[in-house]
Amino acid sequence: MRWPTIIIMALPIALAACQPQPVGTAARQADTGGSAAGDLGPPQGEPIHAILTSAPEVPPPVDRNYPAKVIVDMEVRELDMEISEGVTYTFWTFGGTVPGSFIRIRQGDTVEFHLKNHPDSKMPHNIDLHAVTGPGGGAASSFTAPGHETVFSFQALNQGLFVYHCATAPVGMHVANGMYGLILVEPPDGLPPVDKEFYVMQGEFYTVGKYREKGHQPFDMQKAIEENATYVLFNGSEGAMVGENAIKAEVGDSVRLFVGNGGPNLVSSFHVIGEIFDKVFYEGGSRYQENVQTTLVPAGGSAMTEFRVEVPGTLIIVDHSIFRAFNKGALGMIKVDGDDNLAVYSGKEVDNVYLGDKVAADALSVVRDITEAEITGTATKEQRIRAGGVLYNGTCSVCHQQNGEGLAGVFPPLANSDYLMADAERSIEVVLNGLTGPVTVNDSPYNSVMPPMSQLNDDEIANILTFAMNSWGNEADSISPSQVAEIRAQTERPQGAAH
Amino acid sequence: MRVRVGLLVFAAVVSGYAQASEFVPIPGGEFRSVIPEGEGDNRVAVADFAVQVAPVTNAEFLRFVLHHSEWQRGTAVSLFVDDQYLSTWAGPISLGPESSPHQPVTQVSWFAANAYCEWQNARLPSWYEWEFIAAANDSVPDARALPEWQQTILSWYSRSGGDRIDDVRSGPANYYEVHDTHGLVWEWVDDFNAFMVTGDNREQGGADQLQFCGAGAITMEEKENYAVLMRVAMLSALEARYTTRSLGFRCARQSEIEP
Repeated sequence: MRWPTIIIMALPIALAACQPQPVGTAARQADTGGSAAGDLGPPQGEPIHAILTSAPEVPPPVDRNYPAKVIVDMEVRELDMEISEGVTYTFWTFGGTVPGSFIRIRQGDTVEFHLKNHPDSKMPHNIDLHAVTGPGGGAASSFTAPGHETVFSFQALNQGLFVYHCATAPVGMHVANGMYGLILVEPPDGLPPVDKEFYVMQGEFYTVGKYREKGHQPFDMQKAIEENATYVLFNGSEGAMVGENAIKAEVGDSVRLFVGNGGPNLVSSFHVIGEIFDKVFYEGGSRYQENVQTTLVPAGGSAMTEFRVEVPGTLIIVDHSIFRAFNKGALGMIKVDGDDNLAVYSGKEVDNVYLGDKVAADALSVVRDITEAEITGTATKEQRIRAGGVLYNGTCSVCHQQNGEGLAGVFPPLANSDYLMADAERSIEVVLNGLTGPVTVNDSPYNSVMPPMSQLNDDEIANILTFAMNSWGNEADSISPSQVAEIRAQTERPQGAAH
Repeated sequence: MRVRVGLLVFAAVVSGYAQASEFVPIPGGEFRSVIPEGEGDNRVAVADFAVQVAPVTNAEFLRFVLHHSEWQRGTAVSLFVDDQYLSTWAGPISLGPESSPHQPVTQVSWFAANAYCEWQNARLPSWYEWEFIAAANDSVPDARALPEWQQTILSWYSRSGGDRIDDVRSGPANYYEVHDTHGLVWEWVDDFNAFMVTGDNREQGGADQLQFCGAGAITMEEKENYAVLMRVAMLSALEARYTTRSLGFRCARQSEIEP
């Protein structure tokens, strides 16, 4: 009795696909048929074990023209991992990473889902896949104690890009600890081929310590309720897609990003600096908008964006709710290699401006060294100067210039600067609190505004000042983080300033 | 001869460590539970009882399985224990270097915990009894509204379960002279399977109110419940034969029965 139904369903779709669609008219597009078109018959062939990948990798296209039984083996791990340089957090993960493993199947497939909870886990976990049709999305059937395994099956009736997440009480905390990922249900004919596909998922984190405060940071329930995120991140850590971890493409490549947002609270204004999305399959659905600058990705939602990279350089992935990008970590990079195309773009690289206080590619190891030395208390003046130089180039050189000479009449010089060198404590204060109004440096008057840089940590400010006070002919003792901490503590700042 | 010496040393070790932790009397009372007995009323009455001041240790449980070989690993019936039962121990009757005699015993099933308590002329505490003693901090019987009390619990959740488990009584005693209600291990309770909490805590007000009464309580209206409700979620994920790395137990008994 099933066969006639299927033929009747399938025929209009096939016809619609063959007819040329008038462009730019109000012609009604054929729809995909939704879940009613999703039953493509019983699974055929041998069961297939799904290939799961960690971000930013995406499994290969399904490339199959029949419905199959697909076995997904997902293991939940609770792991201490780095969330930022020198900062660790206990993530709860699907597959050992944040976001969780990417699952790729075909509409009509029957998925046999095995959820394993590692014996070292403290918590029970389950999974709610938005690709499931049925109460709870699988959550009620997959509640799994540590050291145990549950199995449930579902048929993927709707095509699209779906979020999955843990739904164990308290749901918010499980999601806030990183328990989300994406499952792609390809349409029966697959997606059009592209050169590169990547997996990017945003999520925010709420820690007791402030942004970049070193050490192990516990989850902060109150901040989560207030939706006051400490970190907003792509792919689970501040370094996940910057520097040597940047995702890579070649000039001329067509690129598809599978973008998800795990939340738990914030909606993403997803944007790639230096690109325009040729197509956005908004909300992970079947329709696309063309020529898009920024697309909204809901918490618990997704989008597929497609674009072609025309010129070499670094494209910056951001949440264009822009303080999240530069002060909470929502920043990633796409490095595009290839020949210049001056007809399309003839600018110079502007990484420094865009990256703000973010660390450039080749400098990560310098910062890592000083971070380790800081923890063991063995940081030397030379290490501070090296690390400070990296930070200076990212944060300070925009105004004070790479050579420390500033801009005459606008930004005061630091090189051979009597003002900088006269009083170390005052210099720390200026970095922390900014400086507004008239000031005389090397006999020249300046009257402008330097914003407070209190978002920098004590050790970062110490390193920057040690660098500036020992470069371009300057010479002084090294500044220690404790000196900065002391002055920071003496300074009253309005609640919430910079953090 | 070597075997005999070994056994002697072994017996000495076991008897030295296996002083079962004492019971302390708990005066009962009325109390606001996170899991109401009926709709709208979250006050429950807890009768006087006595409870062990610390979770049962590896050494104490080793003494039990030496007396009751039917509860040794490899011998215990698989209806009553899963395949990870006592798997942290080196052997069926030896702890090995990885397990301290003073650590709480974990990887024990509800059935095994129950059998141990019976052997001690006791029983597992009920959820209300456990919740009652666990509401205390070191100075007041009900500290649940205090942010520090909640943060203590949440920071245990914020450490991964792969860490070594501390010995019992590493932390301070609470108002009732009871140790380790939080921050050490989960604990079995007698009626763990009576919660009827669904695995999906968002299912509220469904057709079968009785089945989901526990879920109805998990509305998170009271933030201070958050920390304790995670324990409820944990217990409700279990079956009686299950064992996990962070799950132990302590025994209770009616207060009039003296040990």
